Amino acid sequence: MSSQDKNPRRAFLAAAGTGVAGLGFTVIAPGLHLMAVAGNADAANAADARKPGSAASPAVRWGLLIDANKCAPGCRKCIDACHSENGVTEKLPDPRQNSQWIRKIELVDRRTGHSTQLPMMCQHCAKPPCVDVCPTGASMKRADGIVLVDRHICIGCRYCMMACPYKARSFVHTPLHEQNPEVPRGQGCVEGCTLCVHRVDKGLQPACVESCPEGAMSFGDLNDASSAIAKQIASVPTTQVRADLRLDPGVRYQGI
Amino acid sequence: MMKPDPRNKESLFYLTAAIGALVSATGVAAALYMEHQGHVVTGMNNQIVWGLPLIVAIFLIVSASGVLNIGSMASVFGRVLYKSRAPLAGLLAVAMLTGGLAAIMLDLGRADRIMVAATHVNLTSVFGWNMILYPVFYSLVAVYLWTMMERRMNPWSKVVGFATFIWRVVMTTGTGCIFVFLVARQAYGTALLAPMFIIMSFAWGLAIHILTQAAMYAANGTQLPALVLQRTKNLLGSFVAATLYFTAVMHLANIYFAKNTAFEYFILMNSEFTSLFWVGQVLLGSLLPLALLYHPATAARGAWVNLASLLVILGGLIQLYVFIIGGQAFPLDIFPGYEVKSSFFDAEVDHYAASLPEMLLALGGIGIAFTITLIGVRVLDFMPHDDPAQLEAAGSKTD
Repeated sequence: MSSQDKNPRRAFLAAAGTGVAGLGFTVIAPGLHLMAVAGNADAANAADARKPGSAASPAVRWGLLIDANKCAPGCRKCIDACHSENGVTEKLPDPRQNSQWIRKIELVDRRTGHSTQLPMMCQHCAKPPCVDVCPTGASMKRADGIVLVDRHICIGCRYCMMACPYKARSFVHTPLHEQNPEVPRGQGCVEGCTLCVHRVDKGLQPACVESCPEGAMSFGDLNDASSAIAKQIASVPTTQVRADLRLDPGVRYQGI
Repeated sequence: MMKPDPRNKESLFYLTAAIGALVSATGVAAALYMEHQGHVVTGMNNQIVWGLPLIVAIFLIVSASGVLNIGSMASVFGRVLYKSRAPLAGLLAVAMLTGGLAAIMLDLGRADRIMVAATHVNLTSVFGWNMILYPVFYSLVAVYLWTMMERRMNPWSKVVGFATFIWRVVMTTGTGCIFVFLVARQAYGTALLAPMFIIMSFAWGLAIHILTQAAMYAANGTQLPALVLQRTKNLLGSFVAATLYFTAVMHLANIYFAKNTAFEYFILMNSEFTSLFWVGQVLLGSLLPLALLYHPATAARGAWVNLASLLVILGGLIQLYVFIIGGQAFPLDIFPGYEVKSSFFDAEVDHYAASLPEMLLALGGIGIAFTITLIGVRVLDFMPHDDPAQLEAAGSKTD
């Protein structure tokens, strides 16, 4: 309805509708609310914390830089930290049904035999196919570039899993217990790396970055030319996985 | 042909209706079990995320659109031969769409949130489009049936038939587009799939119509006119040949692309899907029906045409199995040029075996379509009534 509309009955209906919709939104989608109030920062980097009630800033583009040369063979610290932080603990008889928000990939160049390893997770694309194909909008990209699944409106159709070029999403195949209250998960929903959005909003680093003993992972604002990550990306050659798809991932790799 | 005893006919109806209802109820029970336990009780996993219920659902939804081709032949292309068969096509369309949607919705991880899907529509998603495509299709078919079966509404059947024709082309384009927009998978991501799904729908829908009609004629102890048999079997033959042509073009084009050669080798030469493709889809589902439909010894015989139709249906299901499961079993090429290993089974060919609950849910979808059709033909007059004069006139034309 336009602001020029002087019909008082219509104006009342619009106001009432907005109120009802707002109320419904608060009740129906507490997940979004949860993120909005998660600003109780006691973080070392509290300056980067999002203020309670404020929206994510489109001026920011959160991202990761991963140096595959530093990723130590056999080390699983980032995986353990991620799954512990996010309460991904279930172990099903068929391991192919277990969720893996982050995984270690071993690569051997077919021509040279050179071997590398790296952690792989949601690449937080600027043009995410998972968001395009989601019928309900549960797959969404936050203004600051973090790609998330709203567990309250995910219907579990798995179309996003078909569309993701990175095999970055998992489907929760079983009932869950003892979840981390800051990271809601749910049976029958799809999930993936959230870039530890609940930590980022407090001004903390993602759990995987913090846990890496080799310092192979850096986190920061790709849009801020003065940030450490942006400076590193500007000074060393980096790779986007499946750059040919032009999805502009927020995760960059060095050394592959 | 001998007229069946009306009492036997009555018993047969109740018996088949009971079987249909039982199969449908078992499917719903299986879905509730999956809902309660989680998809851990299925053969699906994080790589093969769509299994047997989706295959059967897509088969039914695509066939629902295609079966209405019978109606379009009458109302859009003016073929009088098909006019009396169009109401049955409408009933089958509604029945199969309902069965297909039941199977696909009950296979959702959160089937209880179906109202969320109806109220939160993302229009960049093909699944989101379906929230508009299917309800409008239902409405159009309902109105189309009304215009055909209510004498006073007959003048409107041509225009409604035309609208339905356009809508089902859009709808089946949408079904094909589910796979067209998958950017990173070798099996999909080609625009050819949209027209291919339309031609597949024509073949599968007609095959189902032929079998349903044959069952109705048998139950009534009447004989299908030879001209109708001849025309419909020729139509079926051309649709099966066109589907085979599209399949060949798609695979040949893919073989040329170096990035897809490994996938084509996997499907066509070296996997559990190879024999399904060559024996199931190509030989039993396409070449054998074509031989039956055109060989002089079998072409004019109802029983052989029915067998050919059955084979087309079987071939269609196998085709979707190879396409959907085979396409997912082949790993994503995330790091081209590298040998890849991970705890998440990257670069590994996956294997899928449908579990019992999935099979029952898939069968339940078919059971729902069957039961709706059975009750429909029982309570309303969907039996084709051919006008001998019109048949004779149609026979003199070479269409």
